[in-house]
Amino acid sequence: MPRHRLTVLFLAIALAAGGAGSACKKKSPPIARPTPPPPPDDMTANRPPAPPEPVTEAPPVAVPPEPSVSSADMGSLDEINKKGILAPVFFEFDSAEMSSEGQAVLAKNAEMMKQYPTWIVSVEGHCDERGTAEYNLALGERRALSVRQYLVSLGIAAERLRTVSYGKEFPFDPGHSETAWAHNRRANFVVTAK
Amino acid sequence: MTHRSILQPAVSLCAAIALGVVAMAAVPGTPQQPSATPPAQEQPREGSSKISGNGNAKPKLAVPDFLAATPDAETKAIAATIGQVLWADLDFEREYYMVPRDTYASIPVPASVDAVPFDRWRELGADGVVIGAVRKTATGVTVQVKLYSVAGQTAAFSKEYSGTAANPRVFAHTISDEIFKQQRNLTGVARTKLTFSSDRDGERMKGTVYDRKIKEIYISDYDGANPRRITVNRSLNINPVWSSDGKAIAYTSYRRQNFPDIFIQRIYDGTPPESPAHGTDRIHNFLPAWSPDGTKLAFMSNRDGNAEIYVMDANGGNLRRITRHPNIDATPTWSPAGNQIAFTSDRSGSPQIYVVDADGLGQPQRITSDDSWADRATWSPAPFNEIAYAARNGPGFDIKIRDMTTGQSHFLTNGEGSNESPAFSPTGRHIAFASTRLGNQQIFVVARDGNGLHQVTKEGNNYTPNWSR
Repeated sequence: MPRHRLTVLFLAIALAAGGAGSACKKKSPPIARPTPPPPPDDMTANRPPAPPEPVTEAPPVAVPPEPSVSSADMGSLDEINKKGILAPVFFEFDSAEMSSEGQAVLAKNAEMMKQYPTWIVSVEGHCDERGTAEYNLALGERRALSVRQYLVSLGIAAERLRTVSYGKEFPFDPGHSETAWAHNRRANFVVTAK
Repeated sequence: MTHRSILQPAVSLCAAIALGVVAMAAVPGTPQQPSATPPAQEQPREGSSKISGNGNAKPKLAVPDFLAATPDAETKAIAATIGQVLWADLDFEREYYMVPRDTYASIPVPASVDAVPFDRWRELGADGVVIGAVRKTATGVTVQVKLYSVAGQTAAFSKEYSGTAANPRVFAHTISDEIFKQQRNLTGVARTKLTFSSDRDGERMKGTVYDRKIKEIYISDYDGANPRRITVNRSLNINPVWSSDGKAIAYTSYRRQNFPDIFIQRIYDGTPPESPAHGTDRIHNFLPAWSPDGTKLAFMSNRDGNAEIYVMDANGGNLRRITRHPNIDATPTWSPAGNQIAFTSDRSGSPQIYVVDADGLGQPQRITSDDSWADRATWSPAPFNEIAYAARNGPGFDIKIRDMTTGQSHFLTNGEGSNESPAFSPTGRHIAFASTRLGNQQIFVVARDGNGLHQVTKEGNNYTPNWSR
């Protein structure tokens, strides 16, 4: 969990830094400011303002993300979904029960959804090709609903979670091996609004 | 007649032909042309109008190319098509031994339908021969056809049709159905249609970062010819089923905001599809099944928290819950009398077929036990009382048939690829299903005894066939 969150933070910082950098480039030349660059530790409030000093170069400063993160930092919905920020949960054959690994993934996803409280998320239930097309629609529905229920139990508002079953209609792995099947039995997460 | 409303933009060419047949077809036996031999129906001898085989053998029929009575290229092409398609239509029911067409390529096409070289057909061993002629008219074509008894040298069936030249196959299908009715007292299916779901156009789902092939609903002739796409929403459209009048198709579609709902589309009207189950982003509806009388739909919905079977009127009224179980209840089908519903449930731990009264009041009875997975029950029409379903058999599925009277089951397919989603023909004599036996998933049709396999789709992948009545 911490590693995942750090990755996201890092991404956010990188994006913000990129944004700040390009903003600064537009300001040319740098203008002397009445305040010095941010001091290393001591607060400036207690001191009288220092006399103005000419500044020849001001390095751009990366602004860290706000404590309550705006999902604008994450890019467009497509970018968010391409990154797979909400990890999928995998299932056994003809089962909608969550493994302990699945529960851990859902805990991380729940945390992320709390961090981005405006996200609306669609939980897609998928099945492998070894089941029949018709029954798999119901099985995918059951997988999606059980994941939704679990996320609600972790404190996510039910209104933020949609479910949809795709049965075996949209395999992630087109193969016909155990590995492909395991890959395709999943609840997949798609952020549909932010 | 009713034909007019059945056939509109999508198959308007059929309409013209059908109307032509209705309006202008001669009564069998009515003399249309000067004839050396009187038409069979006027003959007093009983049974003489029926072509019979030698002893108990199936009658042997030949269908040579039809004569192009006007010598232009279009008429010749129509004449050739009708001959080929009629041969295949008559072959389909396996009531006749159809003499292969290449064995009589050397017998010259007669100058008229009455100048038949019977000695040549006798040499070939044919019991009957269908001779036809196509003539271009100001408005289309007329097709004259006679089925001759080779032994009696008399016409057992004689009729003339008129229609547009746009779809010659409809002439062949009509002739075939009428020959079966008159000769064998059999309802043919040459004018019935299939519907199925297909990804053949290779389009991708919109609004997603994943590479997802859409599926749209198609219809085709019973033999796969004349495929037409009837949905264009670039989404997932699956499980199409014909209404009993053949004018509407109900299906599951994700067309609206990407949640699954049931739509009824009047395919010849061009009106927007109705969604009688009133799906929402929370209430999902799947797998419609028309009641035999065409007034109701059974379907699966999550509206009470998990997959259950419901029944509603076709307009959405009188919604009734049929199953009540925390496990999955899916994939309904109606009994021919409409008083029972078979469905799939995993309440025993694996998907199995159950039967319950259509009022939902009785206890569901489990009817499959030899299979580790059983789904997509489809109940035969009368006079058969069978349920076909997909049963796990080895790594894939095979189509299995259970006789509901005797309780006996047998496999219809035998391990070639995976075989799913069976659908009976309207007469119960054939079954369509989807199979991966050739790689991609395709629709096949097979006779109820497992013989006479036909592949009816070839492009892309094709799923969940259903047969019009």
